[in-house]
Amino acid sequence: MRIRCPYCGERDNGEFSYLGDAAPTRPDGMGAEAAAMHDYVYLRENRAGAHRELWYHGSGCRAWLVVTRDTRTHAIDDVSPARDVARTRRTGEAA
Amino acid sequence: MHYSLLSVLGQALRGQRDWKPQWRDAAPRTEYDVVIVGGGGHGLATAYYLAKEHGITNVAVLEKSHIGSGNVGRNTTIVRSNYGLPGNIPFYEQSMKLWEGLEQDINYNAMVSQRGVLNLYHSDAQRDAYARRGNAMRMAGIDAELLDREGVRAMVPFIDFENARFPIKGGLLQRRGGTVRHDAVAWGYARAADQRGVDIVQNCAVTGIRRENGRVTGLETSRGVIRAKKVALSVAGSSSLLAAMVDLRLPIESHVLQAFVSEGVKPLIDCVMTFGAGHFYVSQSDKGGLVFGGDIDGYNSYAQRGNLATIEDVMEGGMALWPGLGRLRLLRHWGGIMDMSMDGSPIIDRTGIDGLYLNAGWCYGGFKATPAAGFCFAHLIARDAPHPDAAAFRLDRFATGHLIDEKGMGAQPNLH
Repeated sequence: MRIRCPYCGERDNGEFSYLGDAAPTRPDGMGAEAAAMHDYVYLRENRAGAHRELWYHGSGCRAWLVVTRDTRTHAIDDVSPARDVARTRRTGEAA
Repeated sequence: MHYSLLSVLGQALRGQRDWKPQWRDAAPRTEYDVVIVGGGGHGLATAYYLAKEHGITNVAVLEKSHIGSGNVGRNTTIVRSNYGLPGNIPFYEQSMKLWEGLEQDINYNAMVSQRGVLNLYHSDAQRDAYARRGNAMRMAGIDAELLDREGVRAMVPFIDFENARFPIKGGLLQRRGGTVRHDAVAWGYARAADQRGVDIVQNCAVTGIRRENGRVTGLETSRGVIRAKKVALSVAGSSSLLAAMVDLRLPIESHVLQAFVSEGVKPLIDCVMTFGAGHFYVSQSDKGGLVFGGDIDGYNSYAQRGNLATIEDVMEGGMALWPGLGRLRLLRHWGGIMDMSMDGSPIIDRTGIDGLYLNAGWCYGGFKATPAAGFCFAHLIARDAPHPDAAAFRLDRFATGHLIDEKGMGAQPNLH
């Protein structure tokens, strides 16, 4: 499996480390309910198919990336800087 | 047909013509008392113990492919009960005791080989941790021996004791641990369950779970609708997919774990040995191949095959421990889909939906648990109450804070 880093080009997946599903968002601050925190920390969709997930290019440019990958085939559809994805999520605008 | 020396000799004289199939390839009926989804080791063992211990024989085991095609045929065959936490100790020891009596119980040669499991330690701190684990085991009546360097050298003189980075200081040995022929476990339980009337239905994929008034009533499958009073999920890496059919989210991620076999060689190692400074475990099969593995690849996967980066990592661990491995060629390797729970421990519990039961979250340790998982899951299904040995394996423990963090890690250790 190779991941096409937007900054470094196509690199072996051994250069990257994996965090997991990019979908969960951390409940806000001390006001967060225990149940919401439980869902965020422990529960996963764990889909078979297209999966948006966070990877870190630790042996390269050290950027956080959001990779869209098919978990059944490991085929990668899209790689975007996590910064852009977060900005889009926050503002609702395209990066 | 009962297998015995007499039956083998009798068949030999008759030219091996009269052997019968070991189980019926059943067509699904329209209704059962219990339908178990997943014809792996756990599902087949559950069916067997439902019939044997609880007299429930109107049971079907549904398998989307052929039985034993999933993780029971993809593991490294190791069995052990060297756990240190109260929630785990009685369960895995019960499993070990069931392994010890399994072949007589089901009249099947599963090649149970108690050749010993040796966990190596490489530092003073690790020795202390292993001493503590060994003491916890001995207090529960389980065998454990703490070996010093010379004790290890007597067993496995060929490993790299003087390694500059990870010198071998000793090991924790469980002599009753060992290996079991994994495919034979699936076949043996299938045959034993079939003899007690269980239908084993292959090539039957579940496509939906039917509910009425909050209660499970049956399954939609590729071979038609099957009604069931109780449905039991035992599908390892596919657990989240089936749970999603009833809008249930699980504390599980599916990850790929690779395993490896070298070319066959003369007897090299007569125990199971694990590296304490990396993740590497090795034993030798009766055909002569070294069977070994290491970490999961570390990303969500349903692909049943992994990547080269992890293969390199496993080989590096192996070479650090046992440099002679570099002389061997790799014969084959494969991947299986692990149901990685978020605390590294399993779930055997009800689901909050009446009539739906869950056996999942075995991470990369499900094979050794096969007999006890079947035994305890059958108890839960039959009596609607958890077996005392598996009472800690609750689905809601992540919400209540009663995690069983035997290794302090789940699918993503940074969360814990």
